[in-house]
Amino acid sequence: MIKKIKNHLPVLVFFFLLILVWELAVAFFDIESWILPAPHRIIKEIIKTRSLLLRHSLRTLFESIVGLLISFITGIITGVVIFHFDILKRTFYPLLVISQTVPIVILIPLLVIWFGFGILPKILIVILACFFPAAVNTIDGLSTADNDMISLLKSMGATNWQVFTKVRVPAALPMIFSGMRISATYSVMAAVVAEWMGSDMGLGVFIVRSSNSYLTARVFAGIVFVSFFSIILFKSIDFLEKILIPWKEQKREEI
Amino acid sequence: MEKMLLKIENIYYDYKENNDLLPVLAEINISVKRGEFICIIGPSGCGKSTLFNILVGLEKPDKGRIFLKGEDITGTRGHIAYMPQRDLLFPWRTVMENVLLGVEIKKENLQKAYQEAEKLIPLFGLKGFENHYPDQLSGGMRQRAALLRTVLTHNDILALDEPFGALDALTRTTMQEWILSIQEKLDKTILFITHDIEEAILLADRIIILNGRPGRITDKLKIDLQPPRCRTDKVFVDYREKLLERLSAEDDFNKNTETSRRE
Repeated sequence: MIKKIKNHLPVLVFFFLLILVWELAVAFFDIESWILPAPHRIIKEIIKTRSLLLRHSLRTLFESIVGLLISFITGIITGVVIFHFDILKRTFYPLLVISQTVPIVILIPLLVIWFGFGILPKILIVILACFFPAAVNTIDGLSTADNDMISLLKSMGATNWQVFTKVRVPAALPMIFSGMRISATYSVMAAVVAEWMGSDMGLGVFIVRSSNSYLTARVFAGIVFVSFFSIILFKSIDFLEKILIPWKEQKREEI
Repeated sequence: MEKMLLKIENIYYDYKENNDLLPVLAEINISVKRGEFICIIGPSGCGKSTLFNILVGLEKPDKGRIFLKGEDITGTRGHIAYMPQRDLLFPWRTVMENVLLGVEIKKENLQKAYQEAEKLIPLFGLKGFENHYPDQLSGGMRQRAALLRTVLTHNDILALDEPFGALDALTRTTMQEWILSIQEKLDKTILFITHDIEEAILLADRIIILNGRPGRITDKLKIDLQPPRCRTDKVFVDYREKLLERLSAEDDFNKNTETSRRE
């Protein structure tokens, strides 16, 4: 525990210094609050608007988490299926990659036209952003399995299913998790951007409205929440990984 | 006539790539008695590992048959316990879970195997490390764990492919003594690939020399030496000289055939 704090000490110290400089600079140069609010004003704003913030946050969180879970499930299943059928791999892998060259922001107006301003188009945007890392990392992870390990299992008379569950899946898990981690960081951002383009609720709307009214402190309050939720999601994937990949953790402790 | 545990009959194997055929093994005949320790020695690339792959059913021979207790097991798997050159312990399994892998694959009684493993673990110097992950073990321990995994597949014959090849000289010596000490207790028949002449003399009841391309059995040598075998013994040294001579003679033979081929 002490070691953990020690590890994080440099970043914490730097962060607080940065806030301090910000605070002092705003006071020193007498910057107007609607241009750049001082950190203490942002904190005040968070406390003042907490119930409003919370309501909007719940919507954004809901969209992110639902989208993320759907992406994980469909992404991993797609990855497994594509991995097993070479013809599917040759058909869909390039398409998956090409699909990533289309900026998601451009799709948002289309989805608004098709599905309106409700939750559904937002979840779809989150899925569009998060599906790819999950699927591709699953495919790549399953291919990383050691061929000699597979031969060893086969020499014992293992079936293909046993090879899959006992070697391929555990070997793929670290890569699947890094894909999930990337997805997790995308998810909140994708939801917020989707809300930005038109929604009745959510942190994206909250930020746009605040910014249109020059309530800059509120904009920052929204930003703080967005990154806070991103960190939470990211860390929950980390936590899940520690439980599901204990051998990696043991290695880390050794070092 | 004495009944043989394992009979390898006239094995031929070609490596196929596109339309090219590269002969790897030819005319391999080996008979193994129960409880024997047989070392297969030869230069790299003579097809030793391929022979093991055929033996454990990972590859099918182009010609020839393999009989275990009179039953044809050619090209089928799960009859001979195989330990490849690398220990290949699964990093996501603890030592205990690793050694029970074969039992799990064959869906045998896991609880019984667990008790058996618990009994064998001290013998394999792994006491107290049952719940460790392979990354936390030393090279010698990893190798012993891999060997225990091989033993626990419950096959009579162990096919060990240079099991001590990657170890440092000191660990290697202790491992050689150790494997001799446990062979009797385990009641296993061992086929052991090596390219270390001393290791072969130290361990084997019989040495089979494989040579050339394609690999053929060019010589067989019975080692009549009472344990404990000592490297500095006169007889030991004589055996070494003899083996060295035969192996280098094979080398000349290879060079000659190769040059004649080129011409």
